[in-house]
Amino acid sequence: MAERHLLELSGVDKSFGGLAVLSDLDLHVDEGEIVSVIGPNGAGKTTLFNVITGVYGPDEGEILLDGESIVGLEPHQVTNRGVARTFQTLRLFLNMTVRENVMAVQYGETKATVFESMFRLPRARREEREIRRRAEEKLSFFGQRLVGYRWDQPAYSLSYANRRRLEIARAMATEPRILLLDEPAAGMNPSETHEIAELIGKLREEGKYTILVIEHDMHVVEGISDRVVALDHGVKIAEGSFDDVATDPRVVEAYLGLRRAETK
Amino acid sequence: MADELTPQVPPDQPRIGVDEWVASVEGRRERYRGPVGWARRAWDTAPPAVRLLAFLVPAAIFPLVTTEGNLFRYGLITLVYALLGLGLNVTVGFAGLLDLGYIAFFGFGAYTYGFVASTHTGRHWQAEFAILLAIAVAALVGLIVGFPSRRLVGDYLAIVTLFFGQAFVVFVNNANRIDFPFIGHTDLTGGANGLDNIDPLNVFGWVVNTTKEYYWFTLGAFTLVMILLYFVSESRTGRAWKALREDPLAAEVMSMPVNRLKLMAFVFGAAIAGFAGAIYGSVQTGAFPGDFDVGLLITIYAIVILGGAGSLAGVIVGALIVNGVPELLRDPNQAEWVFYTTLVLLVLVKVRPWQKLVAVVGGTLALGFALVAIANAWFPRWTAGQPGEGKLAHWVSHWMLLPSHPTQIANWAYALTIALILVLTLLRGWARTIVMIPTIYVAAFAWENLLLEQTAGATRFLLLGALLVVLMNARPQGLFGTARVEIV
Repeated sequence: MAERHLLELSGVDKSFGGLAVLSDLDLHVDEGEIVSVIGPNGAGKTTLFNVITGVYGPDEGEILLDGESIVGLEPHQVTNRGVARTFQTLRLFLNMTVRENVMAVQYGETKATVFESMFRLPRARREEREIRRRAEEKLSFFGQRLVGYRWDQPAYSLSYANRRRLEIARAMATEPRILLLDEPAAGMNPSETHEIAELIGKLREEGKYTILVIEHDMHVVEGISDRVVALDHGVKIAEGSFDDVATDPRVVEAYLGLRRAETK
Repeated sequence: MADELTPQVPPDQPRIGVDEWVASVEGRRERYRGPVGWARRAWDTAPPAVRLLAFLVPAAIFPLVTTEGNLFRYGLITLVYALLGLGLNVTVGFAGLLDLGYIAFFGFGAYTYGFVASTHTGRHWQAEFAILLAIAVAALVGLIVGFPSRRLVGDYLAIVTLFFGQAFVVFVNNANRIDFPFIGHTDLTGGANGLDNIDPLNVFGWVVNTTKEYYWFTLGAFTLVMILLYFVSESRTGRAWKALREDPLAAEVMSMPVNRLKLMAFVFGAAIAGFAGAIYGSVQTGAFPGDFDVGLLITIYAIVILGGAGSLAGVIVGALIVNGVPELLRDPNQAEWVFYTTLVLLVLVKVRPWQKLVAVVGGTLALGFALVAIANAWFPRWTAGQPGEGKLAHWVSHWMLLPSHPTQIANWAYALTIALILVLTLLRGWARTIVMIPTIYVAAFAWENLLLEQTAGATRFLLLGALLVVLMNARPQGLFGTARVEIV
């Protein structure tokens, strides 16, 4: 029997009204790996995440999580199986507090019915304590960044960098087996970018997460990736170590254009 | 590296780029100073039980110090509205679903109760069963309406539910002559005449009869529902509702079954409306089609939005204002107090800095006294009118022109008031301050000579509308609402 990958996509196609965004894409991520997806804007990277998490169904192909198909499941079911993501465009629950943001997403982890909550029955109370403890644990993962009085502040009062961190904390709180990070360093200054790169390493070492990350910043990609996958127009054009992919002529072409075209 | 230096307590002067700075630059952080700020912080930090007592104690004292009529008008009806507001707060405030058919569930509750407990139909169920049935029927109808609608968002949901609400009115108007197979001609709702002679509540042998007893019963019901809702709002379900209100896609991707949660919020709201309907039906011993129309829907929406969507305490305050103010305004003497209190508060709160405030107050007073003095000396007809009843009206008559035949001139003053307010919105700085003086005076003139006589009619709603406009301008998120931020 072939080696079983934690996440495996085979032959995934997705098009929007005749525009092929992903075509015949094969991709796998193994337990404990950090895989980076790179590619120019419009290469289909975010669509890839949307297809994995069930926001869109693939037109064709198979997506396996630990050997089981997750095609056709609702997004919340996919999350409950152990896939969590962050959003490139930050989609926090802005009018809820920082702690509530991380508590809310544990919905799938808990079972108390609304009637149990209403009358504060034992299971609801026990789960509530657990939710709170876990939320604080996840927020504490970010050291001094998201602690103390900030827990009770609304999410809209956070700075941009802290919003990105809260997005990650929120994804962590769903207790995923694989984390999908969509441009975690977008819009950050160089020192914050550096910090995010360290954080991703720490997520693997201490959090034991498997990570699939979309990133544009090549320093980050170089620093964290076990493996790099390059996409262009929905097609995988290269895969391998950072050095291999970065020097691959097709990747260079995708990013910079053909030399011939340039000189004309 | 600015972020690395972030201190662990909010500093007075936030450093550029850190959280506090981000929040304050765009004015998104609410900061209150003075007594208002103190009260708000005290309220925010008070434990829930203390907040509940802050409502319960005055509510329990009220029936002991007031008359039967006032208890009904200010107490009981406010409570029924507040109970309705709690239900709408679940669908609209927590889950953010624009449900415009909400009042129909209220109607289902009232009619179901009447159907099983009234002389009209000849059935006399115990109220504990009848109320449970009313809740169950309303919840079931909510489920039936909500199931196909749960995928709808925003405007579409509003259209479907509005249609449902209107269909309900048509249905109860005509459901007195439905031909069922096997059963034959059946009268479900009494048609246009409604269901009359509905039984008083009879709960475990306690027959609720007087206004006072109804007040206690409704207060108990309201408190119970509020406590349960508070527990729900602080649970996984409540947080999930709020999350899907903020961002349905993020909520769905973050493990929350959005469609099921929406349906749940819809049914929850409907069940509470059904409960309120059963109480309302027995309070007025009847259920009539006209009671469940759009007017009431708008009233309840006003309560929830004014109080702050998503806030339980806000519902109480909203109901007190929306139901209490028009009732207060029925009596000209009380209306006089409401008008001048609102006017003075408005000027005190809105006119800054103090130099302008002094100018406005002094100018308005001086203008009035000068005009009265001039009129007394040369145009006696302008002060020949009768002042109203009461102390305040007497004081005001020294300051306000009261012509002997005011109708025509007061109509003009009314139109002039509106024109002046429009001009006022176009002006800035001292020009605005100066124009404010005649505006206030002319408005008060129109009030004294025209509107005061009609307080029982149109004026009170006019004034309530003005009050709502002012309040919603001052706090768009509602009195107890948290700031709503849509974009960043």
